[in-house]
Amino acid sequence: MSILITPATKILVQGITGAFGAKHAQLSLDYGTQLVAGVTPGKGGQFFEHAGHKVPIFNSVHEAAAATGATVSVIFVPPPFAGDAILECVDAGLDLAVCITEGIPIKDMIRVKRAITGKKTRLIGPNCPGLVTPGNGEKSNGGCRIGIAPGYIHRKGHVGVVSRSGTLTYEAVFQITSKGLGQSTSVGIGGDPVNGTSHLDVIKLFNEDPDTKGIILIGEIGGSAEVEAARWIKDHCKKPVAGFIAGATAPAGRRMGHAGAIVGGAEDTAAAKIAVFQECGIEVAATPTDMADALLRAAAKKGVSLA
Amino acid sequence: MNIHEYQAKTLFEKYGVPVPKGAAAKTAEEFATALATLPEGPTMVKSQIHAGGRGKGTFTDGYKGGVKFCKTKADALAIAGKMLGNTLVTIQTGPAGRKVQTVYFTVASDIKKEYYLAILLDRASSRPVIVASTEGGVEIEKVAHDTPEKITKVVIDPSYGVADFQLRQLIAALELTGNEAKNAAKLIKNLYTMFWETDAAMVEVNPLITTPAGDVLALDAKVSFDSNALYRHPEIVALRDLNEEDPKEIEASKYDLAYIALDGNIACLVNGAGLAMSTMDIIKHYGGNPANFLDVGGGASKEKVIAAFKIILGDTNVKGIFVNIFGGIMDCNVIAEGIVEAVKEVGLKLPLVVRLEGNNVAKGKETLAASGLALVSGDTMADAAQKIVKLVA
Repeated sequence: MSILITPATKILVQGITGAFGAKHAQLSLDYGTQLVAGVTPGKGGQFFEHAGHKVPIFNSVHEAAAATGATVSVIFVPPPFAGDAILECVDAGLDLAVCITEGIPIKDMIRVKRAITGKKTRLIGPNCPGLVTPGNGEKSNGGCRIGIAPGYIHRKGHVGVVSRSGTLTYEAVFQITSKGLGQSTSVGIGGDPVNGTSHLDVIKLFNEDPDTKGIILIGEIGGSAEVEAARWIKDHCKKPVAGFIAGATAPAGRRMGHAGAIVGGAEDTAAAKIAVFQECGIEVAATPTDMADALLRAAAKKGVSLA
Repeated sequence: MNIHEYQAKTLFEKYGVPVPKGAAAKTAEEFATALATLPEGPTMVKSQIHAGGRGKGTFTDGYKGGVKFCKTKADALAIAGKMLGNTLVTIQTGPAGRKVQTVYFTVASDIKKEYYLAILLDRASSRPVIVASTEGGVEIEKVAHDTPEKITKVVIDPSYGVADFQLRQLIAALELTGNEAKNAAKLIKNLYTMFWETDAAMVEVNPLITTPAGDVLALDAKVSFDSNALYRHPEIVALRDLNEEDPKEIEASKYDLAYIALDGNIACLVNGAGLAMSTMDIIKHYGGNPANFLDVGGGASKEKVIAAFKIILGDTNVKGIFVNIFGGIMDCNVIAEGIVEAVKEVGLKLPLVVRLEGNNVAKGKETLAASGLALVSGDTMADAAQKIVKLVA
């Protein structure tokens, strides 16, 4: 199994006719993902065609979901309209909305988060690479690729990866695959200060997933989400966990690319987070090159096989 | 995006947040005109730079204090002349300091007591939070550390705004009564409206003061805005002061590159914010010092790579370059071609270590090898980082 999505999950793409959305819709179709619908207001009735696929486009998420049975949406719409796109998924009662869009105003996300509290739909992102559940085929083809991550670096397996950063997720996934292991699901939760799904939310799902045998938790400076996840792991998670925190050398008060990666106080520095990881029994990767090895060390300590 | 105190106070006044009467001057000729708008009597002269610690700062010519109390307007005029055009060094500016290009005159208020008030995002709840303390005019980090019970935080429901009972909580925490309580409640409510309507990232008033007459005033004002929301606030973009920003950072933003100058000597060129941060970290881990944070983004083109090279080479401290690319979707060969072209164009004489991984990496490495450029290849991030640290040492 996997978490949140399986190779059978049907997805729709909001913003499929934009350049960015179209490119990644094509890559997901090539990967073998069940991409069944596109949504672009005003373009309903048209088709998105790629390599023999003919994906119908709808005017609304409601229509797309009703006609195709899609339960997950991936959002590529521009920042001023992205909050609205998320709310539309929630109103349509989807299981999952994955917002790739970078640069959404924080106020919009504060309002969206308030509006979706208690609703059925889970939000991942925004400003995230999305998630991948690898498939059985060559280079993990046949899996479910939602977002912008490279599918081919994955391999079906038993390591769960959760991260705020896209390229660091790829580093971790690639290291795991290079060691002949694989991933159950890799999840990028995004680098914004207000996001839908936290590290802890994903950790809880990995903990309950019988197919996930070990977890890599990748964090950054700013906020306290990694600390919250680590404390929960200490008390509830029996699986081996490795952790990495980026931004040890970032100066205080400067925003490091991600809107959320900014050191405001003593609690959200890399050093403070690493100290909590160690205290909570998480094997710390000293450098990003060390992430998969750190997980192997953690697994060896617990006598767990990740194969 | 940050703005100056005098700009923030103009916004405060627009939203009904009382401030001491003041006027700004950008040239010595404007001093008299600015002072003419203020009543005769005690006057404050305040250097306008985007950094805290101004009062305790020292100018590079030895003159002490970027914020001064003057008994008369005539004194204020003389003091302003010492500040304008002078470079102020504070705990937040770094040793280079900032050139004072605007001086702000305000009426010197009678202070009964100083308080602290701020509004910002509470990440844990994903909602705005109002922070208030009876300990104003001092470093709030120190108060939070030594006497956390003296700081009150009230989280605001964004769909409702500040509720009256929450104002009462804040007023009680500030131990205010009577007219002071009424005035402070109105000020807090108006300040929240400003925070919300302008897409501010943070509003900080330190100190907020009460006067013997019962007034409540924002004596200082520090405001920053969410850069993602600037597209809908042209009136705020107009307040941007490019003098306060690093020219290399301004240049980078033209190419949609995220660049932040640091004080080391190993320049980094990376795709992805998380990877860019950890590239800085790994350089430090192996004993080197990063010269910058630079994220070329997921869709880096040849043009972007060339622009990035020019920017990092504009930093004269740079003694070596570390290119770290994980080409997920991006073709490593496109990056390799960009590097080769950039190096040829800028005529690189510094050591360059390149670590390429991901999509079409074999072809990318071939392109680098065939270019005849004197660059060093790294297999992993760790390997590449050790190589550049050694080359620069």
